Amino acid sequence: MATTMITTLDRSSRAAARGLSDISIRNLFIIPTILFLIVFNIFPLIYSLGYSFTDFRASTSAAANFVGLQNYRDLLSDPYVWSNFAITAKYVIISVAGQLLVGFGVAMLLNRDIPLKGLLTTLLLLPMMLSMAVVGLFWKLLYDPSFGIINYALGLGTFEWLSNPKMALYAVALTDIWMWSPFVMLLSLAGLSAVPKHLYEAAAIDRAGPFYTFFRITLPLVAPILMIAVIFRTMEAFKTFDLAYILTSQPTAELISIRLYKMAFQEWQTGRSCALAYIVLIMVLAITNIYVKYLNKVKER
Amino acid sequence: MAAVRTSSEITFNRVAIVAVLLVTIIFLAPIYWIASTAFKPRNLATTIPPTVVFQPEISPFVKLFTKRSQLRSPPSPEEYAAAPWWERVVFNGGEKIVRDGKGQVQWSGYPSRFMNSLIVAITSTVLAVGMGTFTAYGFSRFKVKGEADLLFFILSTRMLPPVVVAIPMFLMYRAVGLNDSHVGLIILYTAFNLSFSVWLMKGFMDEIPKEYEEAALVDGYTRMEAFFKIVLPEAATGIAATAVFCFITAWNEYAFALIMTSRRAQTAPPFIPSQVGAGLPDWTVIAAGTFLFLLPVAIFTFLLRNHLLRGMSFGAIRK
Repeated sequence: MATTMITTLDRSSRAAARGLSDISIRNLFIIPTILFLIVFNIFPLIYSLGYSFTDFRASTSAAANFVGLQNYRDLLSDPYVWSNFAITAKYVIISVAGQLLVGFGVAMLLNRDIPLKGLLTTLLLLPMMLSMAVVGLFWKLLYDPSFGIINYALGLGTFEWLSNPKMALYAVALTDIWMWSPFVMLLSLAGLSAVPKHLYEAAAIDRAGPFYTFFRITLPLVAPILMIAVIFRTMEAFKTFDLAYILTSQPTAELISIRLYKMAFQEWQTGRSCALAYIVLIMVLAITNIYVKYLNKVKER
Repeated sequence: MAAVRTSSEITFNRVAIVAVLLVTIIFLAPIYWIASTAFKPRNLATTIPPTVVFQPEISPFVKLFTKRSQLRSPPSPEEYAAAPWWERVVFNGGEKIVRDGKGQVQWSGYPSRFMNSLIVAITSTVLAVGMGTFTAYGFSRFKVKGEADLLFFILSTRMLPPVVVAIPMFLMYRAVGLNDSHVGLIILYTAFNLSFSVWLMKGFMDEIPKEYEEAALVDGYTRMEAFFKIVLPEAATGIAATAVFCFITAWNEYAFALIMTSRRAQTAPPFIPSQVGAGLPDWTVIAAGTFLFLLPVAIFTFLLRNHLLRGMSFGAIRK
């Protein structure tokens, strides 16, 4: 990581005697933020780590009993929880693959001289800026079997989307693809515009075909930025809660965050939900770690 | 591309332009449908085939803001004539506005939820961007021990799934009475956006040449003066962009709001879906609420268009 360090002042100089020293300014600027994040992000996690070893239920006033690793053992041997993880994995793969295809495809189409390109790009980016919960709710009307415009446009009659156990997860993923393909498109466009034009010119002189040009020039050069998009979207899709929770109550579309929410705030199994939260947390941190390592690698170039 | 274009390339270009237009139309269709449903009379919202051409009405917005009940019998001509225009449009839809004993119009839950969203989003944005700017400057200009680890720590707090953080926060808030309060939600959103604003602002700070401040220091400014008089004005665009991103995130947030608020401090995202209860929902009212809620974000997206890339990638990718 490139550190831009300002020339430090000689302690005995007149400049250093004026005002606060650099060290105290640095501490004054950085420490409050770190403290704030520790108090409101890390401390609660320590608090819930404690609860994850108990049978605490927030809905009763009964004292929490220490149960050791029982919650973790129960969760890891619970087939329902595993099926929630499997559903989540399936969801992540479908929606990230869909976003990659649509996003990169549209970026390839957009990567040329098009009248009103700036306006079109901004319009295409609109879905990802909107609230998942509120727009997701409206997709319920679009998916409605009897008067939804999706069935009408595709001529599907009264095809069930959200109340169909087989289709619910795909319908949620489809909405997610609509919302987040623009993100992949945005990153792809940045990657595509950074490919040096002379490479294409050289390929044209060598009479390279479009496929050769795409697989040997475009794709390798855009790959790092696509990778960022994929890891980032994987992380977000893994955490998906809003969209799936609002769109459907099908058990076949019960993602791990929804299971966690129900366990904590509907069944009030507070202790056990804290344990599940920790299992999820470790997974997210692992993906985040990969993401940040990758970001730093790309940044260095 | 090669300077000389073959005719097949030109054809391909035309096909691509048509395809782009088609994709844009498909992507915007759901948003258009929200906007158009918000101006439809109720009986045209759920028709087959879908109604595209209609006489726009303002009645969904009147209904959005007021409490209503079904009319058992049509209003008497005198009652109808005496009613203001906004009450008449509700009468036309077979409903009447509920009034209290003094004849005061009863508001629906929407305006207060919208206000809550504004209060929480604006306050948390100011706090997150304020603290984030200082911290980003600290990381950008001074040597910090374990800088990479600290920055990872800061980012990782943002990556936590909201429900994971919400469980202990809910218990702690319940213990100190911060549940369903503006302050509680503001703290959560500030923490959430702070990490983002540090990362984004650090990118903007790194771009300001440190020679500017060095020149100011030589001219007799203290470091603090240099920060406030030289660096902050230079960073103004970055601060504005970061603020808009933080605002949008807080404005759109759903999971924390669903868990932490129920009524008094409830924001619009959990409120709007809760209006779709049993029975046939009035989609025109939901569309009107959605439309008003999405409008600020749509406007901000246009203002932000040149910064979207770096904002969405935590400042990692710059144009």
